Amino acid sequence: MATLELRNVNKTYGAGLPDTLKNIELSIKEGEFLILVGPSGCGKSTLMNCIAGLENITGGAIMIGDQDVSGMSPKDRDIAMVFQSYALYPTMSVRENIEFGLKIRKMPQADIDAEVARVAKLLQIEHLLNRKPGQLSGGQQQRVAMGRALARRPKIYLFDEPLSNLDAKLRVEMRTEMKLMHQRLKTTTVYVTHDQIEAMTLGDKVAVMKDGIIQQFGTPKQIYNDPANLFVASFIGSPPMNFIPLRLQRKDGRLVALLDSGQARCELPMSMNDAGLEDREVILGLRPEQIVLASGDAAGLLPTIRAEVQVTEPTGPDTLVFVTLNESKVCCRLAPDIAPAVGETLTLQFDPAKVLLFDAKTGERLGVLAPSQSVENMGNVTRLNRN
Amino acid sequence: MTSLANKPALSLSRVAIYAVLIIAVLLYLVPLVVMLLTSFKSPEDIGSGNLLSWPTEVTAIGWIKAWATVKGYFWNSFLITVPAVLISTTIGALNGYVLSMWRFRGSQLFFGLLLFGCFLPFQTVLLPASFTLGKMGLANTTTGLVFIHVVYGLAFTTLFFRNYYVSIPEALVKAARLDGAGFFTIFRRIILPMSTPIIMVCLIWQFTQIWNDFLFGVVFSSGDSQPITVALNNLVNTSTGAKEYNVDMAAAMIAGLPTLLVYVVAGKYFVRGLTAGAVKG
Repeated sequence: MATLELRNVNKTYGAGLPDTLKNIELSIKEGEFLILVGPSGCGKSTLMNCIAGLENITGGAIMIGDQDVSGMSPKDRDIAMVFQSYALYPTMSVRENIEFGLKIRKMPQADIDAEVARVAKLLQIEHLLNRKPGQLSGGQQQRVAMGRALARRPKIYLFDEPLSNLDAKLRVEMRTEMKLMHQRLKTTTVYVTHDQIEAMTLGDKVAVMKDGIIQQFGTPKQIYNDPANLFVASFIGSPPMNFIPLRLQRKDGRLVALLDSGQARCELPMSMNDAGLEDREVILGLRPEQIVLASGDAAGLLPTIRAEVQVTEPTGPDTLVFVTLNESKVCCRLAPDIAPAVGETLTLQFDPAKVLLFDAKTGERLGVLAPSQSVENMGNVTRLNRN
Repeated sequence: MTSLANKPALSLSRVAIYAVLIIAVLLYLVPLVVMLLTSFKSPEDIGSGNLLSWPTEVTAIGWIKAWATVKGYFWNSFLITVPAVLISTTIGALNGYVLSMWRFRGSQLFFGLLLFGCFLPFQTVLLPASFTLGKMGLANTTTGLVFIHVVYGLAFTTLFFRNYYVSIPEALVKAARLDGAGFFTIFRRIILPMSTPIIMVCLIWQFTQIWNDFLFGVVFSSGDSQPITVALNNLVNTSTGAKEYNVDMAAAMIAGLPTLLVYVVAGKYFVRGLTAGAVKG
């Protein structure tokens, strides 16, 4: 086990070509689970290949422990990787697959046998050891691929979208199992995915990437509650955050956002630091679960609005209700027993403290005291200004 | 009633199809039948009967005479074919491995240029090749012929292996590199065990090509170093004495047997190998 630190890592495939990775800075502690998440083409797989040494970086340094491994070949970095396609050696049995790396590293056969037995027991694949990969199901292949990585006891584990080839049910099962395993073994892990639910559920730290740049690096909670920009806010969360473009106004000395459902209007007082926000084109972000049905007691305290239901999508645990606010389609996540009919009018209620603002042009987060301030403090800022 | 439903009716079109097929089979088999029949006839028998008549007396004299004449050349052909096939297949496999799994700057261009070798007519390389062999001191030797066949075969063997290997996921090589394996270990332990079908294709292809080659054989060898194809030609085209058709036919059969045998033994791999990678398994 070891720490992993990326110092100003850059990668380009040639002069004149756009950078594939730009000034990547991040570090994780020993035993932490790092998620690299982003849409396809964002550079997350390239970054993983660079950490593994399968591709060379063109600038910066990759530190594993106190050692700079940037120039080292993959086999000297002491890293194990689980591939999306599992990449099991098709002509070898499961046992030989797991043994392969150990034999190449000239481990004594007795130790190899013990290690294979340990890993097989851990992953419950003892009965599969003599089979060929082609005779295994997708889930079993996935376990063998993990077994091959675990057997080496490397400093760092890399997972390249390991669950994306499994069917939906198995994917959820394996996700929980991986989390359980990480809690037990405390392995330093880097995990690439495009699935934001995997990112939220598995990671100790999440790096959201786009166009070769880390958009935000923090805990899943920070990423979800305090997104650094519009991209992060829209990428994380399902159903995605609602975005309503509007212009902020000042009324009675307070900054307000005016919402209009066609049936009614509502003034949403802004709670964040409002310097320079007046009369500015902004995008207001509100997560579906933060729009709730107005209840009798709180009705006087929080702003409410009446709106007509346009579409309902009962998902089982929730009912998603779509209404129109300021000509934008807005999704509200309501309790499943609320089953409004299309055309019905609901009274919805918002918590202004949860509202996020983004610059309409740059997509940067607005209303935070200083843009350079670390994400950890952002939550506090919002809370302070509420009063 | 049920038996009628299960049995396809012998319709006119079906009869026509079978008729055409049978005629085609006969057409292709007639030369072989003529050769076999003639090879077992005595010279008198050949003179009296027609081509397709059964021998009045079956005799192996043609085969014995033929074998005595071409024996040395038959052996020459083996001395040329076996090393040439093995060497060109081995190098082709390594080339294909590099060109698919360890691409370097310009490797695509390299592969493109190499492909020219597949389309270059034999005749164009005769003079430069003869010059080169002379300089190397390999003119008129079986070793020289092995060299020529290896060089000429590389374009094909490389193409075979490269196209087979591009269908193997690169992640396998990446996984092996992270497991600590190097260039040759990956080739030997991971890639080669997956290559049986394409190795078979390559062996059959190269064996047939080199064994059946006449042009290189006639140009780059003489006397005792000639392969059997050239010897057969010399035997048949001889202008002295009476034509011994039974010997000619038997010699031709002997010359053709090894390739036939290779195809019968490994033919199933040939079809399998050529279609491998076409459908993802």
